[in-house]
Amino acid sequence: MNTNKNIKTLIVKKPLQLDCGKTINNYPIAYETYGSLNEKKDNAILVFHALTGDQFVTGTNPITNKDGWWSYAVGPDKAIDTNKYFVICSNVIGGCMGSYGPSHKDPNTQKVFGTNFPVITINDMVNAQENLLDHFGINKLFSVAGGSMGGMQVLQFVSNFPEKTKTAIPIACTSSHSAQNIALNELGRQAIAADSNWNEGNYISKDTNPNKGLAVARMAAHITYLSKKGLQEKFGRKLQEREDLKFSFDADFQIESYLRYQGSVFVDRFDANSYLYITRAMDYFDLPRKFKGNLSDAFKETKARFFIISFTSDWLYPTQENKDIVIALNAIGVDVGFVEIKSDKGHDSFLLDVPDFLNALKNFLDKSYTEN
Amino acid sequence: MKNEFKVIADLIEKDKRVLDVGCSDGTLMKFLKDNKNINIRGLEISKDQVQKCIAKGLTVIEGNAEKDLKQFPDKAFDYVILSQTLQAFLNPELVINELLRVGKKAVVTIPNFGYWKVRLHLLTKGTMPITKTLPDEWYNTPNLHMCTIKDFVHFVKSRNFKIFKSLALNNQNVSLINNTNLGIKNWFADLGIFLIEK
Repeated sequence: MNTNKNIKTLIVKKPLQLDCGKTINNYPIAYETYGSLNEKKDNAILVFHALTGDQFVTGTNPITNKDGWWSYAVGPDKAIDTNKYFVICSNVIGGCMGSYGPSHKDPNTQKVFGTNFPVITINDMVNAQENLLDHFGINKLFSVAGGSMGGMQVLQFVSNFPEKTKTAIPIACTSSHSAQNIALNELGRQAIAADSNWNEGNYISKDTNPNKGLAVARMAAHITYLSKKGLQEKFGRKLQEREDLKFSFDADFQIESYLRYQGSVFVDRFDANSYLYITRAMDYFDLPRKFKGNLSDAFKETKARFFIISFTSDWLYPTQENKDIVIALNAIGVDVGFVEIKSDKGHDSFLLDVPDFLNALKNFLDKSYTEN
Repeated sequence: MKNEFKVIADLIEKDKRVLDVGCSDGTLMKFLKDNKNINIRGLEISKDQVQKCIAKGLTVIEGNAEKDLKQFPDKAFDYVILSQTLQAFLNPELVINELLRVGKKAVVTIPNFGYWKVRLHLLTKGTMPITKTLPDEWYNTPNLHMCTIKDFVHFVKSRNFKIFKSLALNNQNVSLINNTNLGIKNWFADLGIFLIEK
């Protein structure tokens, strides 16, 4: 459990009934804010993070000492301009950056939850985060935005709270996790479970960590965030600090060394059980299901203006899945814009310096705000 | 703003729901939104043009009229606009049918292949005509199905669509097309503008 003094926490008293049937109350939501809320309280943007993100959107993450995960997009004069907007982001429940999650203690047993933490869903995450609006006295957000799992939360938020935002920006996401998405997540979970240090989720009490399993999960996932072309251009068959093949199983190739590095730095900042819980939440995400398969019905109460963005080289949440959301919104006359950004950077494009994407995001927000 | 857009804007009443198919950089959309309080949407195939629309604060969907009109429900718009792009589709008839399905009415403009300069070019030079409205060579033109004003009128009638208004545009001059002057207009207009309904 992360109890760093740099983590701001809201203790939510209101009980939350989870999709799994259990109820939680008096649970912490760790959050961060950027910019300032104006007098009319109409300039707030709730940003939702992706699988391995956290509340530290921009600036220096005080826990990892690295740049916030959306530093390219959020900050003074950036696409989401914190001189103008009040940005709120919180760690999802099930996460490991201070919000209620599997590394917390069960109040009933005083033991670390581990896999006894209730299975949570995207719906649960969004319902928990909605409490932040009350906390800041915000009736209506100016926008909700996020990529990947953050985009799924955007969709769920608008569906659950159709009156609570003026605009919505789901990026590189889907309304329903595909078999391929589930398969890739299962690969990660099985890598963790195969690490003997995982110990059925009870590793904190034993003071161990399934670091190897979690690193393999991250390596596999990391490949899915990039494109074949991007990998080929960056690494190709380049060798890692050697003149020739070593005829061994060392990291001969740069791509191997890169992936190993990505795995090793990930385990320092992420909890293996949280990885299981959050990937599970993504796999359970199927917004049309509650509406008898009709995605349009999920949005029929909303007047929010949508802007949906996908990327050409994203094969994890491909353009067609984003377009399906556009189609569902158009079917009921919702104000929805859509653009597919050309990029070789794969699914990760939304986190990177992709000028066409950042310009579109900025223009949409700033123009929508002027018309406020 | 070009004269064609002024003529189109005059055909559309205030406060309506309008879809501009092939909306380009959004010039017409912006004019309709600002001056006629139109609830306007655009569909545009070019990523660069989509970006320009977003920069104008317009709601635009990147997409292809032949594939992406089907997502809109029947009669979702009061008007659907198609400016000088009908000839560029693989299947113009399908697109016209889709326009008249999603819109109560459609405004369609066509570059007139019957215009005298076009005819003269082909007659005298014997090469594919190049004019102000048809600037490309035969090998790189996006235009697949050129037609004349007469062809379009015949087509619309053969499908039993209603023509509310037919206008001929020649530089700054706008004039009405009717049954008696169709032949003349087909010589002297470089653009035809039609308001039709299914």
